[in-house]
Amino acid sequence: MIDVKHLTKWYGRVLAVDDISFRVEKGMIVGFLGPNGAGKSTTLKILTCYIPASSGKVAISGYDVLSQSLEVRRHVGYMPENVPLYPEMRVEELLTFRAALRDIPSRERAAVVQRVAERCWLSVPEDMMRRRIGELSRGYKQRLGLAEALLHNPPVLVLDEPTIGLDPNQIRAMRELIQQLGEDHTIILSSHILAEVEQTCNHIMVIAAGKIVADGTPEALRKKVLGPSQVLAEVRGAKSRELVSAFQGLDGVRGVDGSAVGGWTRLTLQCDGKADRRAEVHRLVSEKGWQLRELRHTGGSLEDFFVQVTYEQNMQAAQRMAE
Amino acid sequence: MRKALTLARRELTGYFVSPIAYVIGAGFLMLSAGWFFLNLRMGGEASLRPLFDGMAVLMVLAVPLLTMGLLSKEFDSGTIETLMTTPVTDTEVILGKFLGVILFYLVLLASTVLLMGPILIYGRPDFGVAAMGYLGMVLLGAAYVSVGIFASTLTRHQIVAAIVAIGILAFFVVLMGVVVRVGRWPWTLLASHLNVMAYFKDFSRGVLDTRGVVYFVSATALFLFLSVKTLESRRWR
Repeated sequence: MIDVKHLTKWYGRVLAVDDISFRVEKGMIVGFLGPNGAGKSTTLKILTCYIPASSGKVAISGYDVLSQSLEVRRHVGYMPENVPLYPEMRVEELLTFRAALRDIPSRERAAVVQRVAERCWLSVPEDMMRRRIGELSRGYKQRLGLAEALLHNPPVLVLDEPTIGLDPNQIRAMRELIQQLGEDHTIILSSHILAEVEQTCNHIMVIAAGKIVADGTPEALRKKVLGPSQVLAEVRGAKSRELVSAFQGLDGVRGVDGSAVGGWTRLTLQCDGKADRRAEVHRLVSEKGWQLRELRHTGGSLEDFFVQVTYEQNMQAAQRMAE
Repeated sequence: MRKALTLARRELTGYFVSPIAYVIGAGFLMLSAGWFFLNLRMGGEASLRPLFDGMAVLMVLAVPLLTMGLLSKEFDSGTIETLMTTPVTDTEVILGKFLGVILFYLVLLASTVLLMGPILIYGRPDFGVAAMGYLGMVLLGAAYVSVGIFASTLTRHQIVAAIVAIGILAFFVVLMGVVVRVGRWPWTLLASHLNVMAYFKDFSRGVLDTRGVVYFVSATALFLFLSVKTLESRRWR
């Protein structure tokens, strides 16, 4: 669906996107993650034909963004960051206007507008569609931006920071909507909120300092986190010090911290590598006849991965700048 | 070109709900009518000529104010992004903006027909002359508007667009007239061919000089072309 080869973009002397290549297949919901200034928006703007690349090839649904720009635009629905809208227009007016721009014949326009309005929860309560856009809440405006992008039922949706500036309720609403849309459209969305991306997307790409530093499913990426994992357990049955030394002796455990919580001891075991030591912990607890009320394995959260991978890239970029 | 009409309709409705357009329109009409009546009192001639001459000059200020937001506001608010990622060409965008403004301008112009009222009652106006005058106003308006649109494509700041447009128009409308009178050859020759008021005066006197038609039509075409190219070039940076 989206095929990017050796995409590079210079803004004057600043290299915003540095020779990136990736493919997005049909049915994926791709989260495009990266720190601010990494090149996310730039890449998305190139995909939607808003700005041209400095070099490289980008094709969407087989159409080249440079030579077949109009075709690409017919196949893509784009929601820019900060959803720009015309504040003096009414909701229904705007959607009808954009439906006309999208070559939807006049007799079908009203039905299409109704369809996307329902899909994006814009038409409740009844009179919302007649209100001026300038008066509406941020959450509503962002759903409106999304509705705009859906009018012509494009196979590909490009969303630049779709949940930015929304409150938790609105974020959840948007997330549900995107997941539903994922069933019928291929989606690429950008964000710097990891939790969002983890929950909404089935594929993640991380971009930092203009380069793609990760490209895979969330599970695959989590496994790549370097560094020790941890097991957290809350145990009762012996004095804290005894518990700590008992667990210290376990295979693969590098260090144990314990703290008293009520009558229980909260233990944090630093483990080697990524091995999951929970089974051993449980075995030890049952052998000794202790009580266990929480057992968790943490290690390789996506956040750790993100920080590691973007840190390296930022350091390299800083070095390059200094040269 | 149907998309150009869709865009034009949106611009036009935008003008009718915006206070800016009403204020500028009202101001323009008030000053034009005032100038007209002043001349009527002094000259006593049953013609609309002072109206046309007055409007032609007032438009140097009014048209840039009307057109300043056309592209500048889109650049500034970011709506240009949603516009340019739909399957419309740059040409359709510029033509749409042009048609939208021109239609608003024609409405303003049409309202000045009311000023013929007193002349009809108290005098015997020559309708042919009046018709020519209006034709001249339409052609002039088209040229002014295209300059305004061009200036608007250059910047995201509306004020700058207005000032640039006023500058360009003042150059051709006022400065050329001055050069013709106090300048030296060959500048006077050049200026005489570029002098907007000279071409316009024919129309306001009721003379249809095809040189004037060619002048205004080609000026309009030139600035619309430049606008399309400037819009295109914004994407290549």
